[in-house]
Amino acid sequence: MIRRPVDSGDPDRLYTVTNGRTRANEDAFDLVTLIVSECEPSPGMQSEHVRILRMCDRPTAVVEIAAELGLPVGVVKILLCDLLDTGRITARHPRTSPRRAQLPDTEILKQVLVGLHNL
Amino acid sequence: MDSTTSELATSEPAVRTPLASTARDGLKIAIVGGFGVGKTTMVRSVSEIRPLNTEETMTRAGVGIDDARSADGKTTTTVAFDFGRISLNDEMVLYLFGAPGQERFWFLWDRLFSGTLGAVVLVDPRRLEDSWYAIDRLEHHGTPFVLARNNFGPPEYTLDEVREALSLPAQIPMVDCDARSRESSKAVLIALVNHLYTLSAARERAL
Repeated sequence: MIRRPVDSGDPDRLYTVTNGRTRANEDAFDLVTLIVSECEPSPGMQSEHVRILRMCDRPTAVVEIAAELGLPVGVVKILLCDLLDTGRITARHPRTSPRRAQLPDTEILKQVLVGLHNL
Repeated sequence: MDSTTSELATSEPAVRTPLASTARDGLKIAIVGGFGVGKTTMVRSVSEIRPLNTEETMTRAGVGIDDARSADGKTTTTVAFDFGRISLNDEMVLYLFGAPGQERFWFLWDRLFSGTLGAVVLVDPRRLEDSWYAIDRLEHHGTPFVLARNNFGPPEYTLDEVREALSLPAQIPMVDCDARSRESSKAVLIALVNHLYTLSAARERAL
């Protein structure tokens, strides 16, 4: 059983990818925030940004981007902050409350049930 | 470093299946359980994509945690988790996370899984004690859950006996399942969402 390597073995590389930054705004993205590209990659852009923009041609969750790039979620959030700040992506945040112990309303749960029954 | 808690094999081709362009609302359900209990199997049986794997690291000042400890006394905690997804309709996408039950994982729970609809605690009937910690932590975080017994053979005990052994309150649903079966795994998720519905309806009535 072999896992696809997540790029954690070489901290130097992660440091380079993020230009030395180690923390993103934790609240800017959820694991399941859907990211959508708002522009094409341009020449000279960092390769990770290029890959994200290509991938998010269709909505793609933060966690899927991390898995596809083989980077830890926190590093991907930093990369996404750059793209969001410059208007190259938009973020569709989850409707459900991120607060603790806050149940979604029954209307949302009904839709989840219908979706699951239709599987 | 045992971030190799994944049950994923990687022989499958890496073909991406994009979401509908109308997708806008991501939802989360966590499947929690000990190593080898079948979390990834369950994710795989209902997911529309092959399960993917990623990890999160967290650096903090702390004691009593394993993993690398750097010169400044901070520790780095790494957890790996698998996930899959189900498009529920044009807008809603449900992500299923296979979450390792080990201790250090819970340090990252709030960061990764705040806003989770609920959890499935997947238990191996031969190793019930593996789920005690997960149940305790979910209760602590106020995350609603159901317990699913992944049957590897004819069960030796009734669900009532399991409930008693785990001191599980009567209102928490328990179901038997076969994580390899799509229908069975689907039934577990439906049991969880029905439970959430009951809790949410009770809360709305109380408002």
